[in-house]
Amino acid sequence: MTKITLAKGLNAGLRAAMEADPKVLIMGEDVGKLGGVFRITDGLQKDFGEDRVIDTPLAESGILGTAVGLAMRGYRPVCEIQFDGFVYPAYDQIVSQVAKIHFRSQGKVPMPIVIRIPFGGGIGAVEHHSESPEAQFAHTPGLKVVTCSNPVDGYWMIQQAIACDDPVVFLEPKRQYHADKAELDESREPEPLFGSRVVRQGSDLTLLAYGPMVKTCMQSAEAAAGEGRSIEVIDLRSLSPLDMDPVLASVRKTGRAVVTHEAHVNLGMGSEVAARITEECFYALEAPVLRVGGFDTPYPPSRIEEEWLPDLDRVLDAVDRSFAY
Amino acid sequence: MSENPPLPRAGAIGPDLVEAFGPSQVHGGPELVQLLSPEGERVEHPEFALDLGDDEDEAIKGFYRDMVLTRRIDTEATALQRHGELGIWAQLLGQEAAQIGSGRALLPQDFVFPTYREHGVAWCRDIDPLRLLGLFRGVDQGGWNPNDGNFGLYTIVIGAQTLHAVGYAMGMQRDGIVGTGDAERDGAVVAYFGDGASSQGDVNESFIFSSVFNAPVVFFCQNNQWAISEPIERQSRIPLYQRALGFGFPGIRVDGNDVLACYAVTQAALRRAREGSGPTFVEAYTYRMGAHTTTDDPTRYRLSSELEHWKLKDPIARVRAYLTRNGIVDDDFFTDIEGEAEKLGEHLREGCKALPEPSPLSVFDQVYVDQTPELAAQKEGFAAYLDSFETAPEGALSR
Repeated sequence: MTKITLAKGLNAGLRAAMEADPKVLIMGEDVGKLGGVFRITDGLQKDFGEDRVIDTPLAESGILGTAVGLAMRGYRPVCEIQFDGFVYPAYDQIVSQVAKIHFRSQGKVPMPIVIRIPFGGGIGAVEHHSESPEAQFAHTPGLKVVTCSNPVDGYWMIQQAIACDDPVVFLEPKRQYHADKAELDESREPEPLFGSRVVRQGSDLTLLAYGPMVKTCMQSAEAAAGEGRSIEVIDLRSLSPLDMDPVLASVRKTGRAVVTHEAHVNLGMGSEVAARITEECFYALEAPVLRVGGFDTPYPPSRIEEEWLPDLDRVLDAVDRSFAY
Repeated sequence: MSENPPLPRAGAIGPDLVEAFGPSQVHGGPELVQLLSPEGERVEHPEFALDLGDDEDEAIKGFYRDMVLTRRIDTEATALQRHGELGIWAQLLGQEAAQIGSGRALLPQDFVFPTYREHGVAWCRDIDPLRLLGLFRGVDQGGWNPNDGNFGLYTIVIGAQTLHAVGYAMGMQRDGIVGTGDAERDGAVVAYFGDGASSQGDVNESFIFSSVFNAPVVFFCQNNQWAISEPIERQSRIPLYQRALGFGFPGIRVDGNDVLACYAVTQAALRRAREGSGPTFVEAYTYRMGAHTTTDDPTRYRLSSELEHWKLKDPIARVRAYLTRNGIVDDDFFTDIEGEAEKLGEHLREGCKALPEPSPLSVFDQVYVDQTPELAAQKEGFAAYLDSFETAPEGALSR
């Protein structure tokens, strides 16, 4: 077994998918010789050639629009959007074309496209490089939206997303790319792509997270344990569809829930999760479901991003407020 | 790696292009390629010969029939809208030659990406015109399988389909069916769009992608002079076909009301694409004689004298004049086609009303290949809700 980073896990997963299916293509800006600005596609063009790992012109709508045509021709394009804030030029193709063609064609034309987006902040970048646009895609029928929080999930989930016959927006927490290492056991059966997972058992409160916030919430739960509070942490993993059963089971047990994400709170994923918990677990709740996230402002200049982003203390503050009810 | 031969790479802009399309086209030259004058006189063009196979007369008779029947589809659908059977209809009146000429230049292995007005091209691809009505009646959003007849679904977002066309063409390159020299296999893609779409970012991006990847695409722009109420002058300061050179491939302006010229130019462009020489921009210079759609009122923004001028260039009248003057057909030919048109009209009138109504519950079924548990639950809940009415809303359950 080897210890790998998230970047390596994704790279190995992409490689495995390309080896398994000759129809898998990688498209994006600088994905070839450079291996992507985060090196996620490192070495793939060298081994699979320029016709399968395609350095595209700098035009995001062009990347997604041509991916639609390639998918119609039987290919499985994996499109890399270089940074979250650059996905918007492709928004029309994603929302009006990729998401709707299967529906519009009455099921005759599938769109097995993966849209990889490095997302989230905390890397000291300039504007448009630290955003969390997941709710905009989760709000779009026809798309599936997932996010990995660790190297092992990165390895398996990217392969599962590529094998999926529906379009998948695949969000990668960029600040985790080269951070923590984990042991990858390739012989282990991966968990389902569209499932949430309890990553820490607890009995007093349910903390919900995905992507970059999973680590923060694990640390928060550890800190809370020191104060005698037993917190259950769930990695949602799939944002559309949401796998609510483990969440609801947890909240029925704990009676309290806090949803966290880096994205703006207003109409963020937390709003949907809170609504669903309230609809299903109303009589089990000891407190309203609380949300912790980015403020409803544009992403700030990097010198104040650590204050802007929800961190361990902001999560624990919400935990305190929940227990205060 | 694939066993396909290496993809052709884009060459420099230079002698190759000049050779392919002649210096006059690359440099502006006599703008309009025309092979049949508005009066129905055959004219020769130094660079585009008419290649209609062994029986030229028979082919031209076929074009005439195609155009008359296409116009009948259009007038019948317009009437169906007026009778409340369609919510809206996008008319093609005046663009029959551009669509039949280009559509008949296609080979079975070619693929078409239409806008929402390519009823004549659909006809050439053997799509039952009744299938076109579903979108406009609101019973579906595309009633045909794009892979039957290689004719994509109508695309309403302006210009979005041009990128799909380039992607599809890139797929053909990877499948090794471009530039092999096998005329039965080598294929190309035609992207249809209009003068208004030429301003869209997607269209310009599609030019760039096709150019740098040398994709086998023909960009067939029907410049019908109007984007709803906006004249071509609001989209471009230069003739549209001249834009192509800036992207690195040839552009041609063809008389869009001349079915022979549209056929010859599209055929040349398609051959060029299939042989691996890359994209071509064809600007079919034509006129939208009708409204943008049945909801539009052109009297608010253009003079009727303009329409009168273009009526003299009617695409069907000139072929009729040619066939008659040269004694190629007799009156029976025209009578027979009128009879066919009547039958087609009846097919559309009766078929339209008989198009099956979609079930409200069907909306959940094709959102995904693998339906999500959430949608399955929503469908179940909606079905239970509908069943909860003592008297179901009329037709809701029987559908």
